[in-house]
Amino acid sequence: MSVGKWIVSHRLTLTFLLLGAIIFLFVVVPLVKMLLSSVSEPDILWETIMDPEVTGAIGLTLLAALIATLFGFLLGVPLAYLLARTNFPGKKLVESLIDVPIVVPHTAAGIALLFVFGRRFFLGEAFSTLGIEFVDSTAGIVIAMMFVSIPFLIDSAKEGFKKVDVRLEKVARTLGASPWQAFFRISFPLAWRSILAGNIMMWARGISEFGAVIILAYHPMIAPVLVYERFETYGLDYARPIAVILIFVSVVVFVLLRTLAYRGDRQ
Amino acid sequence: MIDIKNLCVDLGDFVLRNVNLTIDEGEYFVILGPTGAGKTVLLESVAGLYPIQSGEIWLRGKEVTRVEPERRKVSIVYQDHVLFPHLSVRDNITFGLKMNKARPQEIALALDKVIKLLEIKHLLHRKPGTLSGGEKQKIALARAIITEPELLLVDEPLSALDPETREGVQQELRQLHRELRITILHVTHDFEEAIALGDRIAVIGEGLLKQVGTPEEIFRHPNSEFVARFALTKNIFRGQAKKKPDGDIVFSIDGTDFVVATGAEGSCRASIRPEDILISTEPIRSSARNCFPGTISRINDKGSTLYINVSVPPEISCLVTRHSFEEMGLKEDKKVFVTFKASSVHLF
Repeated sequence: MSVGKWIVSHRLTLTFLLLGAIIFLFVVVPLVKMLLSSVSEPDILWETIMDPEVTGAIGLTLLAALIATLFGFLLGVPLAYLLARTNFPGKKLVESLIDVPIVVPHTAAGIALLFVFGRRFFLGEAFSTLGIEFVDSTAGIVIAMMFVSIPFLIDSAKEGFKKVDVRLEKVARTLGASPWQAFFRISFPLAWRSILAGNIMMWARGISEFGAVIILAYHPMIAPVLVYERFETYGLDYARPIAVILIFVSVVVFVLLRTLAYRGDRQ
Repeated sequence: MIDIKNLCVDLGDFVLRNVNLTIDEGEYFVILGPTGAGKTVLLESVAGLYPIQSGEIWLRGKEVTRVEPERRKVSIVYQDHVLFPHLSVRDNITFGLKMNKARPQEIALALDKVIKLLEIKHLLHRKPGTLSGGEKQKIALARAIITEPELLLVDEPLSALDPETREGVQQELRQLHRELRITILHVTHDFEEAIALGDRIAVIGEGLLKQVGTPEEIFRHPNSEFVARFALTKNIFRGQAKKKPDGDIVFSIDGTDFVVATGAEGSCRASIRPEDILISTEPIRSSARNCFPGTISRINDKGSTLYINVSVPPEISCLVTRHSFEEMGLKEDKKVFVTFKASSVHLF
């Protein structure tokens, strides 16, 4: 076959390859460029890594996102199960509302949260009497992250539960399993991969949150806020190393977890 | 043993109405009906897995209509096995015993019994995804019977299997029923499966229970056109039954009179099973009261047997073996004779 014919017969693949390459490079080039620029100035990078404010901010980011994910898991999985298994009036509306945080500008989400969890609303006041404050506190960071990232977990878990044949639960029930046992022995383990993927997505989205967090809790400072502050105060050169470390840590953990989840899938 | 009284189930598209059934202890009862007749839903209602609109379900003298599925002692086996994919075969089978908090020794004993009965010892460590259709069905049966249910529900257990495996699983069902003396409620759309397995058969269709009876009754004496068609009675005619001056009762259709053994006068239907009709190239001298000349209009080859349609008129379908077919040199447009006894004509 001549090269001309080969090109003609692979027109679709080649066109899509070209378009795909553009978007892939669009994502990858800025990340790689930033990494390389930082590596070319190892002194600044090292200094940044050793800066307790930076390590503290990164640690807080990872931890707050983890706590948000844990709460999301405990509260989101039951809702995901209900949405997958039951029909009720207004179900579509509930599903749409759950996804609203994805489309709302996150600064607006932060302001909405401030209204509810600030002391001016009874909920914030109730928590305040328990000693939990949401303004300028880790708790505030957690709820901001949770609000913007919970749709990822609920949607993924819901799809996971939908894929589990409801008759598996029915058979389990006839064999003596209570609804709880049928859930924990059958549905939950079978939907686990999707739930885990949802958890990873939620955690990753939590780490990257900036807009909602900065409204509720500028301090203590999470890494994205620190990047912003250094950029505003000292300029690009001082912001970049933190961004690099943050991206590096996120990517490593994200890839690691995804790999674990996929390996489980293949088994 | 099991009483279903005035059961009504909403199936979305239609409602299954006023189902009344009594199944005896140890009986192999088959519900026969076309796809979409609500057979699976009926089983799930008995198991407590589908909400019923009205009616009652009684098991061994106790009303269980509102009892939770896990307290009914009713097991179910679905057409496509529905094994727990994340559990090994052993854990699938023993799932019910674990849920009922059986002791390890009891589990081992019960497991031993079912693996011997179904000859599945070599499969215990496998995962369901690696099993063949027949093996999966055996595991599903093992899982269902290990808890010693009072009633075993089986939903089209043979439909998803190839013909050879189907034969094997059919034997196993018969053996299980014989050895465990378990009451089985089996639903299927396959008439031959129902005849082969059922002590009694209920035909369900158009949202109603059409007829309940032994296989012989359903086979020979269908009470409606629906049941007759389901029982593969090819010859169903609408005509007039009347008494002739000589005392014979005849069924008239298209100018032809079939002599019948019993029946009331008036407008009715008649059915004649294709295997009850003899086909020949010469008139047959016998005690059979009905013998008519006709022309072969269509031949439907089924392999070892053939359906031959003879236009008398009416058009009558006869079943012949390949041997007879070849011996008589039957072909379309050939002149032949069809002969059948008066007792072979069933009026309803």
